[in-house]
Amino acid sequence: MPDTLVALYVFVLACFIGYWVIWGVTPSLHTPLVALTNAISGIVIVGALLVTGLEQAGDWAEIIGFFAVLLASINVFGGFLVTNRMLAMFRKKNK
Amino acid sequence: MQISANAQAVAYLVSAILFILSLKGLTHPASARRGNFLGMAGMLIAVIATLVGNEVQSYGFIIAGIVAGGLIGAVLAMRIQMTAMPQLVAALHSFVGLAAVLVAIGTFLNKRDAGLLNALLMGELSAGAIIGAITFTGSVIAFGKLQGLISGKPVKFAMQHQLNALIALVTVALGVHFAATGSIVSLILMTLLALLLGVTLIIPIGGADMPVIISMLNSYSGWAAAATGFTLHNNLLIIVGALVGFSGAILSYIMCKAMNRSILNVVFGGFGSDSTGAPSAGAAAMEKGIKSASVDDAVYWMEDANRVIVVPGYGMAVAQAQHALKELMELLEARGVEVKFGVHPVAGRMPGHMNVLLAEADIPYDHVLEMDEINSEFASTDVTLVVGANDVVNPAAKDDASSPIYGMPILEAGRSKQVYFLKRSMNPGYSGVDNLLFYQDNTSLIFGDAKDTIEGMVNALKGGGH
Repeated sequence: MPDTLVALYVFVLACFIGYWVIWGVTPSLHTPLVALTNAISGIVIVGALLVTGLEQAGDWAEIIGFFAVLLASINVFGGFLVTNRMLAMFRKKNK
Repeated sequence: MQISANAQAVAYLVSAILFILSLKGLTHPASARRGNFLGMAGMLIAVIATLVGNEVQSYGFIIAGIVAGGLIGAVLAMRIQMTAMPQLVAALHSFVGLAAVLVAIGTFLNKRDAGLLNALLMGELSAGAIIGAITFTGSVIAFGKLQGLISGKPVKFAMQHQLNALIALVTVALGVHFAATGSIVSLILMTLLALLLGVTLIIPIGGADMPVIISMLNSYSGWAAAATGFTLHNNLLIIVGALVGFSGAILSYIMCKAMNRSILNVVFGGFGSDSTGAPSAGAAAMEKGIKSASVDDAVYWMEDANRVIVVPGYGMAVAQAQHALKELMELLEARGVEVKFGVHPVAGRMPGHMNVLLAEADIPYDHVLEMDEINSEFASTDVTLVVGANDVVNPAAKDDASSPIYGMPILEAGRSKQVYFLKRSMNPGYSGVDNLLFYQDNTSLIFGDAKDTIEGMVNALKGGGH
């Protein structure tokens, strides 16, 4: 099976997982959900690392890759930390 | 240290599982923080596995990027006001979009230099660049609208949709040309047009539809990551992209359903563009005029009530009234009054916006109910306090077939014995539709800043008068 077809398999199956997992999320946590998925989509940092870290990468690729790493890092750190901050506020009655 | 490609693939699998469990954690507030930590662990494993793989050989730019980006992200996350969460989220979406574009271009340069370009790769690369570019500028526009830098009103002009369709068509055509020829000019033109498309797609959508826009852009950022995964043949990116893409898509669906509108209607509708043409059935009610009440009136009814329901809306966020509401809640509870909060799915500027603000004010989440949970309770409620919400309690949605919001599920605040509306002015809600609830006999309006009004109530209750 060619690589792209394998990738398509993975993609479609992951879509199903996404569908079922996300429907289970309680509406009161929809804002943290958006923030968390935001942090998780910072996974493009993996792509950015691969572009930047390639031994043969030219100057342009390195500079472009640097900015991609920078932006994705803002997402990863900002997203997870702000989600944590929000979730820490969700409490039951504190008596 | 270096790990083999197989070890790296296994690490990515572990990372993907952690991300799925992370999202699963948000099923309940009690497990949510653990979920977030699982997400962090997943990300850490993914990044380390990438760095120690044999593809990454130079670390200077990477370390600089992570340190600088990490610092900026951490400061943003710690400093941001909870009321500004929609703006932060829009900004973060734009970064994912731009990062995806940069990764696509960078990958093109690297593969070209290595002589590894082929049509399929360039096709996947185009998809990543296009989706990323739309996410980027679309999110920038959403940020501008939320931050008040540009008008929240829908921007509409003749032939708008035809123009968008044309831009989209040319963008895809350039992508095809790029895939066939490897021309960098086509790649750049395609990306520029996709950037333009992000702008023209989002400007016709009004401020009231922000929850849908945020969800949609959330979804796009996921698809952008997935497309990047196809380009790089990286299954982790594909899995995570699909999860995030679906998350945003489901949220968009929930938001649209809560407004009884189709996603197409939101995307092309430009809701709230005309406030003229008041519905006929409403006209009669309007002539009856409105009653205004004082803080003391409301306090008088609330302190003897069995149950008070608060319906918060975007106005509560603007007035930062959530902390005062918490104080009011405690004072009323001390007098044996049951206090609950009823939240409409589209209240505020992003999904779940109100819940976060109430949580910020330390209001326990078991006091905060969803529309379906609380609607049956209004009829047996003495006082409903509407704080900066409007369309979500408008009975026109149920009674007036000519109303633009007809069919939208609402919080049935009007069924309670007394309704007090905290309002700054008589301006209609974002939909531009007049609220029939204002004219109901059991409704009174208290004009003024919501926070001041609620603090007034708190003082009256503390004063222990009556």
